[in-house]
Amino acid sequence: MSTVFLTNVCKQYDSEKNVLNNVTAEIQSGEFFVIVGSSGCGKSTLLRMIAGLISITDGEIKIDDKVVNDLQPKDRNLTMVFQSYALFPFLSVWDNVAFGLKARKNLSQSEIASRVDNALKMVDLEGLKDRKPRELSGGQRQRVALARAVASDAKICLMDEPLSNLDAQLRIKMRQEIYALQRKLGLTLIYVTHDQVEAMTMADHIMVLHDSHVQQIGTPAEIYKKPANEFVASFFGVPPINILPAVKISGKKINVNNDFQMQIKQQVPVDNFKVGIRPNEVMIEAADELEANASIRTIEFLGDEKIVYAQMNNNNIEVAAIVPSDSQFKAFDTIKVSAGDNVLLFDNDGINITKNAEELVNA
Amino acid sequence: MANFDERAILKRVFSYILLIALALIILAPFFIGIWTSFLPTMDIAKGNLFSTNLSLDNYVSAFTKTPILRYLLNTVVIATLTMVAQLIFCSMSAYAFVFLKFRFRKTIFALFLVTMMLPFEAEIIPNFATIKHMGLLDNYAALIIPFLTSAFGTFMLRQSFMQTPAELKEAADIEGLNHFQFYWNIVLPYNKISMITLGAYSFLGAWNQYLWPMLTTFSNNSRVIQNGLKQLQSEETFNDWGMIQASAAIIVIPTIIVLFIGQHYFKSGMNEGAVK
Repeated sequence: MSTVFLTNVCKQYDSEKNVLNNVTAEIQSGEFFVIVGSSGCGKSTLLRMIAGLISITDGEIKIDDKVVNDLQPKDRNLTMVFQSYALFPFLSVWDNVAFGLKARKNLSQSEIASRVDNALKMVDLEGLKDRKPRELSGGQRQRVALARAVASDAKICLMDEPLSNLDAQLRIKMRQEIYALQRKLGLTLIYVTHDQVEAMTMADHIMVLHDSHVQQIGTPAEIYKKPANEFVASFFGVPPINILPAVKISGKKINVNNDFQMQIKQQVPVDNFKVGIRPNEVMIEAADELEANASIRTIEFLGDEKIVYAQMNNNNIEVAAIVPSDSQFKAFDTIKVSAGDNVLLFDNDGINITKNAEELVNA
Repeated sequence: MANFDERAILKRVFSYILLIALALIILAPFFIGIWTSFLPTMDIAKGNLFSTNLSLDNYVSAFTKTPILRYLLNTVVIATLTMVAQLIFCSMSAYAFVFLKFRFRKTIFALFLVTMMLPFEAEIIPNFATIKHMGLLDNYAALIIPFLTSAFGTFMLRQSFMQTPAELKEAADIEGLNHFQFYWNIVLPYNKISMITLGAYSFLGAWNQYLWPMLTTFSNNSRVIQNGLKQLQSEETFNDWGMIQASAAIIVIPTIIVLFIGQHYFKSGMNEGAVK
């Protein structure tokens, strides 16, 4: 159906360094594919290259087994929702939705009308169809932009940070609506965001872009549990994973940051490496100064739990730990930090060297 | 607290008095002109400005005894054609400078701007020679062709078009609009206010032309209103000031109408809701 294949896609402006390097991915029809990365990593560029708004320097883009490298955007049969919505301020909501259908000129008046009405119904805007965009709230404008994508019969929809102009409450609501629409219409949705929560909650597959390279492509669970490298590990999860230097002592015993020792599940092939501990795996207990290996800097109260930020005695490294909200820690307390054995290991280049359960059994 | 309020009120009163006085000074000649247009010429000659012999006689005689209607028609045709042509040509060239990518774009635009630095008076002689060789003297064409487009209009619309959000262009590309459709269906309506501003500006500019038409027109068939007004003064041995004032009032009315229509559109917030 509408599968998108990217093969070694590169983008270069002028003769400077590549904005995107060898991006290879397969986007299945009907899936929710999220491209995530920090700002300036080239994710919007990649989306515009799939749309055909920006030419590609090297590589190949295939849609439905057809190479579309030199195809005009309109011939790629896709729709796009922009971060800023790109509504036409001089047209009513109804005309905004109908605009693309009218421009393509292969539909009868009555079919356009029924499609637009359907699309508006689907996004709950029937009552506002005669209003101008300036008379709508942010969320309603967002819905008009969605309706435009819904009204089109294109099965591929590209979204460029569609929720970043909305407030937090509305963002959660629209997130659910977009997800529901995608499932209902069976759209192949390629969604760009810098927000790891959006990526985790909506995606079937996530592509993590950083430094003009694809870092990892996988399901949200894979990305979170088996990050390919240090960057991916620290990009997902709030607060971010604690990365600490570690040295092998003997067998499965390691020394973390010269502050504490712990047992891990596997042998480590190198002597010096880094260990990644999620904040909920960090254990802290009050301790007097002799026994303590860290002191608390700040505490954030979140309701059910608290996040404790503490500074380790060595190397000025800060760690975050999630503790129950009724625990009695306060700033400047001295504490003893340790960790459970569910940790990630990275070599000095940041590559994940953790072995998963099966590998451990075979080893 | 009370002291402070008093001072604030006094300040306000003074600034309003100042504003009213300035407004009176600026508007007085205008109102005197309108007022005298209703007075008999004898009263004006005697300096009896507070006469109560108000009548529309001056207007009637302006329309019946002079070719002012012909002048008005000439000017309306010329100003309208100039305005339409400027809107079309300036917006098209501005579109090219903003949305088309071609070599030497910046250089060519700079050349456009250079022509703005040249005062019109400096162009009069070459323009006159051109028009004369084309045999267009004393003809509508002589008054329209040199003003079909303007560097200022191109410049102004270019600045305005550059504010059109890039996402609208991208959305149009995805829908497959060609350049002309994008120009006509999106850029022009999006920049409606600038278009109206330029339209009003070029209409009034053409309406108030004096020097160029004086040089290139000699007969009532193509004479425009400003020159016609001057004609009324010098043709008669005894100046019928009442009628001249009435003609002047008639001339001013269309410009006021243009400004009033324009003012309706000079509201901010027209394009709100396009992005964000």
